[in-house]
Parts: sequence; structure tokens; C-alpha cells
Amino acid sequence: MLVFPGSLDDRDMARSFGLCGADVRMIWHKDARLPEGLDGIGVPGGFSYGDYLRCGAMARFSPVMAAVHEFAASGQPVLGVCNGFQILCEAGLLPGALVRNRALKYVCEDVRVAVEDTGRIRAELPPGRELVMPVKHGEGAYVPDPDHKPRVAFRYVGGSPNGSTDDIAGVTNPAGNVVGLMPHPEHATDPVLGSSDGALLLRSFLAACLATRDAR
Amino acid sequence: MSDPEVTDQLAREHGLSDHEIALIGEILGRRPTFPELGIFSVMWSEHCSYKSSKRYLKNLPTTGACVVQGPGENAGVIDVGDGNVAVFKIESHNHPSYVEPHGGAATGVGGILRDIFTMGARPLASLDSLRFGPLDDPHQRYLVRGVVAGIGDYGNAFGCATVGGEVTFHPRYRKNILVNAMNLGIARRDQIFLAKASGPGNPVIYVGSKTGRDGIHGASLLASSEFDEDTDAKRPTVQLGDPFTEKLLLEACLEAMRTGAIVGIQDMGAAGLTCSSFEMASRSGTGIEMDLDQVPQRESGMTAYELLLSESQERMLLVAEKGREAEIFAVFEKWDLNAAVVGKVTSDGRMRVRWHGQVVVDIPVDPIAANAPVYDRPTKQPADFAERQKLDLEKLPREADPSGALLELLGSANLCSREWVYRQYDQMVGSSTVLRPGGDAAVVRIPETERGLALTTDCNPRWCAADPYLGAQHAVAEAARNVAVTGARPLAVTNCLNFGSPERPECMWEFAEATRGMGDACRAFDIPITGGNVSFYNETSGEGAIPPTPTIGLVGILDEVTRAVPAAFREAGDDVIFLGDTRAELGASEYLAVRHGLERGAPPALDLAAEARLQRLLAEAAERGLVRSAHDCSDGGAAIALAECAIRSGIGIDAALPSAGLRPEVALFAESAARAVLSCAPAHSPALLGLAREHGVPASKIGQTGGTRIRIEPGIDVPLAKAHDVWARTLPEALG
Repeated sequence: MLVFPGSLDDRDMARSFGLCGADVRMIWHKDARLPEGLDGIGVPGGFSYGDYLRCGAMARFSPVMAAVHEFAASGQPVLGVCNGFQILCEAGLLPGALVRNRALKYVCEDVRVAVEDTGRIRAELPPGRELVMPVKHGEGAYVPDPDHKPRVAFRYVGGSPNGSTDDIAGVTNPAGNVVGLMPHPEHATDPVLGSSDGALLLRSFLAACLATRDAR
Repeated sequence: MSDPEVTDQLAREHGLSDHEIALIGEILGRRPTFPELGIFSVMWSEHCSYKSSKRYLKNLPTTGACVVQGPGENAGVIDVGDGNVAVFKIESHNHPSYVEPHGGAATGVGGILRDIFTMGARPLASLDSLRFGPLDDPHQRYLVRGVVAGIGDYGNAFGCATVGGEVTFHPRYRKNILVNAMNLGIARRDQIFLAKASGPGNPVIYVGSKTGRDGIHGASLLASSEFDEDTDAKRPTVQLGDPFTEKLLLEACLEAMRTGAIVGIQDMGAAGLTCSSFEMASRSGTGIEMDLDQVPQRESGMTAYELLLSESQERMLLVAEKGREAEIFAVFEKWDLNAAVVGKVTSDGRMRVRWHGQVVVDIPVDPIAANAPVYDRPTKQPADFAERQKLDLEKLPREADPSGALLELLGSANLCSREWVYRQYDQMVGSSTVLRPGGDAAVVRIPETERGLALTTDCNPRWCAADPYLGAQHAVAEAARNVAVTGARPLAVTNCLNFGSPERPECMWEFAEATRGMGDACRAFDIPITGGNVSFYNETSGEGAIPPTPTIGLVGILDEVTRAVPAAFREAGDDVIFLGDTRAELGASEYLAVRHGLERGAPPALDLAAEARLQRLLAEAAERGLVRSAHDCSDGGAAIALAECAIRSGIGIDAALPSAGLRPEVALFAESAARAVLSCAPAHSPALLGLAREHGVPASKIGQTGGTRIRIEPGIDVPLAKAHDVWARTLPEALG
């Protein structure tokens, strides 16, 4: 789990991954080297560096990011949620960009998304499966790169909360090992919090980590 | 630039009275220096010294089995089991939020967050009690937008879930809006940090943001005097907030605390460096020697006066064990925050401050911090007190259109959906929010445990205006009821006492009555008050004072958070149960205000014993899993409560409210206390009714959930979709 100054959902995401069976290490953004034996990287939500500039625009320059690029290029799984998605887009690890919500206001509510093409992170995510998870962001409207049609991982059902192009809620990179989305699976892993659908996504990510390790 | 000469006139301009000026002369045996004058003016301001309220606050109940730390520290602390404590407090940021709504509200949130984490707790949940003037006034809409955005921008970027609160509109808040921010955090019971400066020789360390010229005299001038036509010119006294730095400060402080090298720590809030250093020294019976040239500064050329009084945000003062400074510095360096030794603890009980090599302050700590002047101000019952209690129901026309009345009330500013507000707040961060905003109380899970805490803020200002004693009792009773309907047991209270000028006997009387009512109600329920905040001078020349608004923040506990009961219906075909008695009580009600434009009459009577029985019943019913939903009947009465249960669930209702001997508008919209509406599986009805009998709570089955209409006898029958529409659209249409 990467931790930038201003990461906010890092502890929740670590706890949720832990409940799904992962051994989670927090990686401080100033560390230029990743720990040995890493199988996957989670990039959490929050307001990295306060996001006073464009969201994620500062975090992409953190010392740890060069190693994250290398890790992703080697085909190992990376999951970015909310600010993590924004950072991965800014870093060029995912195509497109996230801009201010159409209503110009922060929005926090449960949304329903449908699974489309989540690349290698797919064990418990058959296409068409719908998941209920919360969104909470001010800059979550996805705008695709006009030259590269994105692989859409998740699409909002019944309209987007933020004015995303084609109701896109999350995308996959061309290689299928990097996935980013605005909704928060880590806040939807327990029925008492309103939904446990997020666990399907987190477990699918861990399955992809194990498969990649076995292939190595 | 040299300091101005200190004259009596300059002292008066600093808000000090002639009596206080004479007292300063007695304490010092000389005229104060200019920086010393600044210190006296803030330390003896109403905001910092509680000089008018102290004699009333000492009569409030502050002890109980759960209390770990009562009033006097940065926040109250209560035991919540499993070795955990809850650290919580509510505080006002009223004047700054009127002058600059976004910045004022944001720094209000920032200030209360620091109060919580300075004690070693990680903030878990925020609530905000907001009061504005009428929604149809464009300036009020500007204030609402600014305040809500400010709360969201700060809380969201800091990363603490905002889970509840309240928003009300009343003409008497037009020139004095209220922004009361509450926060609750969780710490381990054996790892609480206090604001003390003990151990002479220990270093005093400044951490966090650099000091600038913002917020000078926020506490003394802005918060401790009434508004006038020059209010806009006070905008520079509002501080600037930076939630990103606050988040770093949180993580750095919690990490530094884990080193074991910290002796005491306090946030720099009102009156900045001055208040924090004096209070820490006073609590420990020590003194402090400080060198202002060591203070990290944002701009050049700041004077001693400015450095001492700045209210720049995101700063803390801490005392470390001598010789272990390096451990502290390493943590703050990791988080890219300033940390500097600015002084040391001494044993002589004096505050000695150097600046540019000269001693500019040399004064005793205790006469200023602990022994500030205390006033017993004159009180006077308002002349129209008896008159405003009068209401002749017989003269009121009988309600001819109950369905129309329901729709008008549902769409009214004070009863419509608050989703426009809380949708702009992160309610989820922390993954602990079990019951989100919109119901009676929010419920959050205590991390890594099975337990939950129910949180609410409450006060009905119309009732407090009619009768401050009874109104304040109601505020406590309603807060306790809001917590109880979720299945929680009420534990403890924090209060935010918003009033007009204490120098007017009528306002002081309102304060005396309200604190008396609050104390009596808390004693009856055996729930202690662990702290809070007093905000006087909420009045503007020409406009009069706000209605007395003693906001109650209440915390309750659920042993099994999975048993938390939501307000909205859950299943069609469930039985609907009505608890309590409705009496002919329409005084000072929403119905009268909305339907007849009338604000008069006495608030409903309050039977504290009946309330306590209802609380116990609700907790036991939830524990035994008998209830699917529970909602208290308060603003707008039983019909509004039932309509809300239906609207928020999308499940209709068909019920008949008890109405024997009551006029229809009374049966539907009276705001009698100690009532609630529940839904339960039909199989559980007999057990639930039996349990109510055991607890001595009147109960009856009044109907069933289901369908697509809201049918409530006497006389209401409207489509659910239409009710939802009028309820949901008011705020978005007004605010965009």
C-alpha cells in the first residue's frame, strides 16, 4: 500500500485487504525502493499533497513512483482507488484524466457499477456483475484520451454521479494488469457498512497477484 | 516599528474594562508592556476566560462512572470499553463563519479536530450543528453554500468522516449564524495525552505550520463582542485553514506520541501561542521561558505582539522530556513539518518572553490563567415572558386539509431533506460509519471492536426562546431520544452554549435558565457533561440577539453495533408501533410556524421519567432484535416522523395515529415529548408491546408498512412519490 502525504483511505484499504487474506505493508512515498517479494500494489484514496494543484499531479513525482512504473511494466497488478486512480492517470499508467465533477461539488453516496473488462483482475468479477460501493470525490469525471479508446473496467448503472464520459467509473490499462476506479471497494467490505460487494474486487485483485507470482 | 504606548484608552480598545485595567495594575505593580496588554486582553476575553459563564457552568453535573476526563482539558474523555476511550467536544465558530463563511467554517472544523488529536485520539467522526437566517434570503443562501463547502473542503481533505448534525433556519439568525462543530476520536485509555507543562528544564517545542499575521484577536475581538456595521472590516481576523497540513500534523503528533518522549501537548487555537503556553503552565503550576525569535515565521518583521496573538492554524505546542528532542524532531522531519525548541519549563510560575534579545513579557501565570476576573452579571426575566407562552388553541382554525399540511411541512426549510448538505461530506472514510446522516443519530463502529457509538446534536431554538429552562431540558431529552432510537444507551454530553450579550440582563437570564435546565435533565438521565464551549455576543446592533441556542452533542453506546436500528422502514408488511402519548401541545411548533406563521405558546411539557423509560425500552428492544426501524417524533410531530420513515425507505405506510379527543392537527403535528414510531416484523409485535408494558411506556399498533402511498389517519392520503419530491427538492432548488 503506497502512502503519500495526504493519503486518507490507506489504513482502510490495508485493513480490508488484510481481511481478504493479504499480508499488507505500507510503503512511504519517499522510499525509492519497493520491499522484496511484493505481489501487488494498492494506491489509496485521499488528497495527496492536499491536491491543491490538479489531483495526483504532485504525487506522480514522489520518489516511489519510478519503482511503481517498473513494477507495473513487469506485468504485476496495481490497483488505484479514487485519488489512487487520479495518480495512476497522472503518472501515465492508465489512460485518460479525471476532472471536476459536472455539478462542481464534492459528492458522497452509494453507486451501482457494472463490471465490463477488468483485465487480469477478474476472478470474482464476471462481466455484467453489478457492485454497490460508495463514491466520495470532487474530481471524478473521467475524460478519455481521444487517441486511445480506454478498456472500460466499470461503468455506472443509472447515470454517473459526476458527469463522467459514457458513465465510465474505472478503466484498465492495455496490458490488463493496472486497474483504476473512483468507487471505494475498501469501504464496502462489510454488510454493516451498507455493502460487501467491494470484497469481490479486492479478492479478485489478490487472486491476480497470486497468479502473477505463480507465473513467475 | 516600535510598540505603541500603553494607555487606559488603548487597553479599553482591547476590550478590557476599567475594573480589569486596575486589576492588571495591581498584579504587575506597573503598566503592562504592549505584548503583555495583548496577553491580558485575550486571556481575559469572554471567549478564553468564561468570566460571565463560570458561575453557572460549575453547577452542571460533570462526573459519572464513564468519565475519564471532565471539563478543563482540550476535550472530554469517556470510557467506551475494551480499553478504549472516546475523546469528544463541540465548539463554535460563529462569528468567523458569518464574516467569511468558507474559511470560518473550515477552521472551525480544523480547530475541533486538533482538540481531539492533541489528546492522543484519532478523529473518527464529525457532526455540525448549523443555524442560518431564512432560506429565501439570498445572503443566507450564500452563507449556507460557503459554510457547507468550507466544512466539506476541510473535513474531506483531512480525512475524518462527517456523519451527522443539523441545519435550521430562523429569522433571528440572519445577522448571527451559528456554526457548531463537534468531533469524536478514539484513543487507548492508557495513552491519553494532557495539556501540561511539567518538569522544569524540559524543552517547549513548537510544531506545525509557521506563524503568520492571520487571526490576530480572533478570540478577543471577533468572538467576544457583538457585531456592528464594521463587521466586514474584521475579515482579516478570520484564520486561514490548510487541511493537508492538519492531516500531516495528526499523523506526526500520533507518531511522536508513540515515542514516549512527550510530556504534554496542546493545540494553538484561540489566542494561539499565548493561550496554549499559559494554560499548560497553569495546569502544572510551572512557568515557561520563551524566545520568540525561535518561532517559525511565515512572514518577516512580525512583532512580539503579533507572534503571541496570531491564530495561524495547524500548530501545536508540546513539552518533551529533556534530552529526547531528537526523537521528536525526527518524526516531524519525516512529515515535512516545522519543529523548533522555543523555550523551556521553569519552576517560578512566571511567563517570561524574549524577543530580539529583550524581555518583553514577564508576568505571573496563575493570576492571568486560573484567576481571571469572574462576573456575576445581573439577570432579568424578559418582560414578555408570560405573554409569549400564551396560545389559545380554540382560536386556531381547524386544519381543513391535512394532506396539504403534510406536504407543506415536508417541503419547508426546517423539515425538508438535508441530503444537499451531507452529500458534500465524506461520510465513509475510516470505514466505520454504520448509520449515515439523515436519521436520528449517526452510528459509528469503534474500530477493531464489536461496539458502536451513536452521535447526535440537538436543540430546538424556538422552544428555548419561549422558555430557556424547558427548552434546554428538551434539547437534552431529544438528543438522548435520538441516540436511544438507534438502540444505544446515552453516555455523556458536550455542549455549545450560543447566546447574546452577557451584558444584557435578559440574555444572562436566558443563559442561567438554560444551564439550569440542562443540568436538571442531565442529572435526571444520569448523563454527565464532559465539556464544551460558550459563545456569547451572538447579536448585531439593531437586529437583536439570536434565540438562546444551547446545542447538545450527545454520545451513546451500543454493545453490538450490528444491532443498530435505522430510522427508515426496512420491509413492506411490517407492523408500525406508536410509543408514548400525544397531548394538545402545538405551542412553538413547526406546524404553527409553517401553516399559520405563528411563533408563540409554551413548548410541550416534559416528563423526564417518561423519557428515561422510553430510552430503556428502545435499548432493550434493539438488543433483543425486536425492532426493524425506529424514529423519534419531534419537529413536525408524529405525521412527519412516519412520512420520513416512508420517504427514506421508499416503502409506503397505512396507519391511524391515536386521536381520541384530539383535534386532527394535534394528533398529526403536535410535538409532544417521549414519543417514537417503530416498525417490526408482525411476529414480533406481541413481544414488543409486552416489553413496552413492562417498561411502563404507552404503546399501540397503529398500522402497517407497504404500498405506494402515505395514509395516516386522521385525514392524510398522498402518493409517496409526491411526498418524496416536495421533501427532496427544497434545498437543491434554493441552493443549486
